[in-house]
Amino acid sequence: MNCEQATRLLSDGQERELSFKEKAALKIHVLMCSGCSNFAQQMHVLRDFAQLYTQGGRDDDKK
Amino acid sequence: MNATPTTLDREENVEAFNLVDPVLLKELRVQMLKFAVLQLSDQQLAEDAVQDALVGALKNAASFNRKAALKTWVFAILKNKIVDILRKRIRLKETTGFSTDGEGEEGQNSLFDKKGFWQKEERPGAWAQPMEAVKKDHFWLVFDTCLNELPASQARVFMMREFIELDSTEICESLDMTTSNLHVLLYRSRLRLRDCLEKHWFIKGDRS
Ligand SMILES: [Zn+2]
Repeated sequence: MNCEQATRLLSDGQERELSFKEKAALKIHVLMCSGCSNFAQQMHVLRDFAQLYTQGGRDDDKK
Repeated sequence: MNATPTTLDREENVEAFNLVDPVLLKELRVQMLKFAVLQLSDQQLAEDAVQDALVGALKNAASFNRKAALKTWVFAILKNKIVDILRKRIRLKETTGFSTDGEGEEGQNSLFDKKGFWQKEERPGAWAQPMEAVKKDHFWLVFDTCLNELPASQARVFMMREFIELDSTEICESLDMTTSNLHVLLYRSRLRLRDCLEKHWFIKGDRS
């Protein structure tokens, strides 16, 4: 698996349940690849950003 | 059917409008319109939706002391209006086939080398404190700019998926698109958006 395939699966993982095989291959790649490991985290962060963009400032008010 | 013009209580609205900075309001309207046109691909429907959302929000303008709060509020209203319109459209099967031909493929290829591994200078770095970034107005300007730089077909599906939170099936039906096409577009939009955010906000110096 290369980075292009790994990132594609990381994006698809936001849309569908990955197969066991996909998950396993992805896990191995991400363990060895800092770029894809960062990418993986950022998929979740992007989703959080998008929610904050439209939803009444979950994090907007000062604590 | 509902032929009665929606003349709203003028007096009240003028007062509410005065509480909001006109420059900000204008900017906000432009952003909203862009968002709505992209989602609905119909200028008139989009303008109506934006107008409704703004009027609705400004009725309560007095309670918005921070512009970020106003923005999130109007976008939340707009988002609901767009979802209603899109869902109605799906039910009526009034699909508006969008083309997705090869848009933005060039950008993706330069991220990876021939073997499909990250180009050295494109390899994603660690983002320092992303949840601190969201508290800053400037971050959202960068975010908007990055969204605007996406090819239209990518921005549209990204917003439908992540802002409007439609599921894959709904988006595919609404855009008359296959699931695999949708996933490719979402993938490209995410690649680009994260790249843009990293370059313009999460400074490269942060990678260690
Ligand atoms: Zn990788």
